[in-house]
Order: sequence, then C-alpha cells, then structure tokens
Amino acid sequence: MNQLIAFYNSSIGKKITMSLTGLFLCTFLVEHLVGNLILFAGEEAYNSYTEFMVSNPLIRAVEILLFASLLFHPLVGVLLWIANKRARPNKYEVYKLNENAPLASRITMLTGGLIFVFLVVHLRTFFAPLRFGDVHPSAYRLVQEAFSDGLYSAFYIVALIFLGYHLRHGFQAAFQTLGLRSKKYIGLLDAVAFIFWFLIPLGFATLPVYFYFFFNSASTAAKAMGVN
Amino acid sequence: MNVTLKVWRQKNRNDAGRFVTYEVKDISPDASFLEMLDVLNVDLVKKGEEPIAFDHDCREGICGSCGIVINGRAHGPGRGIATCELRMRVFRDGDMIVAEPWRAKAFPVIKDLVVDRTGLDRIMVAGGYISAKTGGVPDANAIPIPKPIAEEAMDAAACIGCGACVAACPNSSAMLFVAAKISHLALLPQGKVEATTRVQRMVEQMDKEGFGNCSNNYACEAECPKEISVLHIARLNREFIKAKVL
Ligand code: SF4
Ligand code: FES
Repeated sequence: MNQLIAFYNSSIGKKITMSLTGLFLCTFLVEHLVGNLILFAGEEAYNSYTEFMVSNPLIRAVEILLFASLLFHPLVGVLLWIANKRARPNKYEVYKLNENAPLASRITMLTGGLIFVFLVVHLRTFFAPLRFGDVHPSAYRLVQEAFSDGLYSAFYIVALIFLGYHLRHGFQAAFQTLGLRSKKYIGLLDAVAFIFWFLIPLGFATLPVYFYFFFNSASTAAKAMGVN
Repeated sequence: MNVTLKVWRQKNRNDAGRFVTYEVKDISPDASFLEMLDVLNVDLVKKGEEPIAFDHDCREGICGSCGIVINGRAHGPGRGIATCELRMRVFRDGDMIVAEPWRAKAFPVIKDLVVDRTGLDRIMVAGGYISAKTGGVPDANAIPIPKPIAEEAMDAAACIGCGACVAACPNSSAMLFVAAKISHLALLPQGKVEATTRVQRMVEQMDKEGFGNCSNNYACEAECPKEISVLHIARLNREFIKAKVL
C-alpha cells in the first residue's frame, strides 16, 4: 500500500493516473458512439438498447468505474495544474510557448473545463431521465426533442470540437506517459489517435445534424403511432 | 547593427530584480549573442557600471553553460542551438530584444542572467552513473552492441545539461534532461545492471527539487540545443513503470 501511495505521489505516478483514467474514458466513448449510432437504426432498436443498458448489472458495475474516472481525471488534472503553476513562481516577461508546443497541448485545461461543463448538462438532459426517470414517450423521443433545439445542438457540437482538441493532445500523451510511444509504434499510434480525436467526435456530431436538419418529425411520429 | 536590449538585472538571490534597457550600437551581424553582451559589458565597465552577469564557457555549443531566454524562447529563436551559437543576424537592425534568465522554482536566480542549476547535478548524484569500476578502455568489440542501440544511446548522451528543457517547459519540468540520462545509461549493457534503482532515485530527486510535472507539451524537444527526442521521455516512463510495478 505504501508502495502504491509513493508511486501515485511521484510526478510520473500522477501522470499515469491521468493517462489510465483518460484512456478508460476513451474506451467509453467508443461504446457510447456505437450506442448513439443505433439511433439511425430507428426508434425501436434504440429504445430496446437503452432498456438493456439501464437494466444490465454488468453495465451498472462499469458505470461506477466510469464515474470514478470522470471525477478523478479532472481532479488530478487540476492538482497537477496547480503544482505546475507553483513550479514557476516568477513568470517570463515574454514567453513564446506557441512557437514550441502545439495548440491542443496548450489548451487542455480550457478544453477539459468546457467538456466538464458539457458533461453536467449532458447528464441532466439524457442520463438522469434515462437512468432514474421515466421517459415519455420513449428514449428515442427524448434524444430527438433535445436535438430539435438548435441552441442545444450547437452547444453539443461546440463541445465535440473541444473534445476533439482535448483528445488530439490527450490520446497520444496517454501512451507517451505509459511509455508506449516509441519509434516503432508512433505511426500506428498516430493513426489510432486520429480515429479518436477526429472520427469519433465527428461520429457524435452526425446526430444533432441529423435530428436538427433531416429528421421529419411529423412523418416519423405518424409511423410510430402506426407501430404502436 | 544596433539593437535595444531589455535585460533582467538582479544583484543577488534576495534582490527582487528588474528589467533595464540598453542601446547596443555597432554590433557585427556575425557576432554571437554572447559577444554582443561582451561588447555591452565593456561599455558598462568603462562607464563604471556593473557588467551583466551571464554563464558561458565553451562558446561552441558543447558545454551547456550558457542559457538565456531571448524574446520568449530558451536559447533564443532557431532550432538546435545553444545561446552561444545564436548569431545577431537573426535579428533585424533596430530590434528590441528581451533577455531574461531561465525561470523556474528549481532554478533560483543567482545574479542577472545566471541561475543556480545545481538541481540537475543533484539528480545526477542520485543515480546518473554506473558504480562498477570500468578500468581501462576496453577492446572496441569486447561487448557487442547493435548499431541502432548504440546510436540511440549516443543521441541521448548528447545532452549537455543546459536546462533549456526546464526553461521552455510551461511546467518547468526536467523530464527531458532526466530522460536523456536514463536513456543513455539504460540502453547500454553497463548501465542496465542498476537501471531499476537508478530511475527511481533520479525521479525521486527530480520531484524533490521542485521541478513541475510533464504534461507532454514537447516544448523541451523544440528548444533542446541537442534536439533530444521526447521519445526518450517515453522510455523514462517505461523504465519507471518497470521498476515500480514489475
Ligand atoms: S535535454 Fe536538451 S535542453 Fe535539456 S538539459 Fe539536455 S541538452 Fe539541455
Ligand atoms: S557556452 Fe558552452 S554551450 Fe554555450
């Protein structure tokens, strides 16, 4: 136990906490995106998917890990940020970090902060009613209604852009911290990173775009009534 | 060429310090930044003023003594050079140049542009060596080492301990320096023996010295006069995890 605390307390140990929680959240994004894309399969498919997610005990267990990561990742991040500010008490008069470090790496606090705010709103809009409430008339409708609001959809897309930037830095950084970035694997890693920072946020963005611009609520509502 | 130099002046460790502006005239564009400071210092001495203190020794980019943050860049603009290799021709006539010391809690200013970098030495003392007696120079082929490994170890060994990585890092982290030392020793058979204790001790000392935590901005690699790759930091992390977990 002492060994474990000493490990966590070291600078590299804290970074590894960031990296492991971050990567776990990345695997969750994949699951979440797959779930979201079921929306395209239609109302029935999506409703039964949410049913399954809410009632499956294994998902319940992973959910605890998920929330722990969601809290730990920003918490350790902020602690590191404070410690790092303290490591340079006298600031530079001129400091051109922008010439030396990519944009995404310089704005992780900003992107992370906005993602956190987004998550709070997001959990309130979707997770809370799905998990604890009674959704009327259905989970599918809940999503469709939320995204029919232009402002909410815009906010959702902006948050995804921030997520993209966050992962542009975070994904490769996680592997760097775990010591898995090396000459041999850097190409492969960059390719997988591209999936995470570009394709996955893009995948999420298809939903608000679809529901806001292309979803004809009247006809589908009629169809839904016909089915029921 | 003529330049306006805004330079950090600080009498000693306890002085608060401030910027002082000097007009520096008739400098050859081929002069190095340090030679420009020499010219200015001669003037200051003539006027009975205190010359600007700055670290230097080899003046050819191999000793790691020099180090000034110039216009917001450690060792000034350009890649793969130390302050002593920076030529005045990269500036334009009439430019205003801001020169300040490495700034980090672990590098307290001693005087003007000179900082105390003994923190890096203490990290070395903590484990940056091999304790076996090496004896005389061994036969070149006595211990076969694959060429790519030897190359990589040599690249890491190029670190001159200047501390620009700390100065350029937004977190004042010394990871690139420590990584260079760890990599250079861990890659070679002689260094492997003590690799486990070395990495733990050096990281522990690094944390004790008050350097910040690496957040993978890679500004260190961009400013390193020896262009040490951040992939060595990945190796340091790997060595650390191996030592702690495995
Ligand atoms: S790693 Fe590069 S910047 Fe850092 S001390 Fe060594 S030579 Fe200087
Ligand atoms: S004076 Fe030796 S490296 Fe610059």
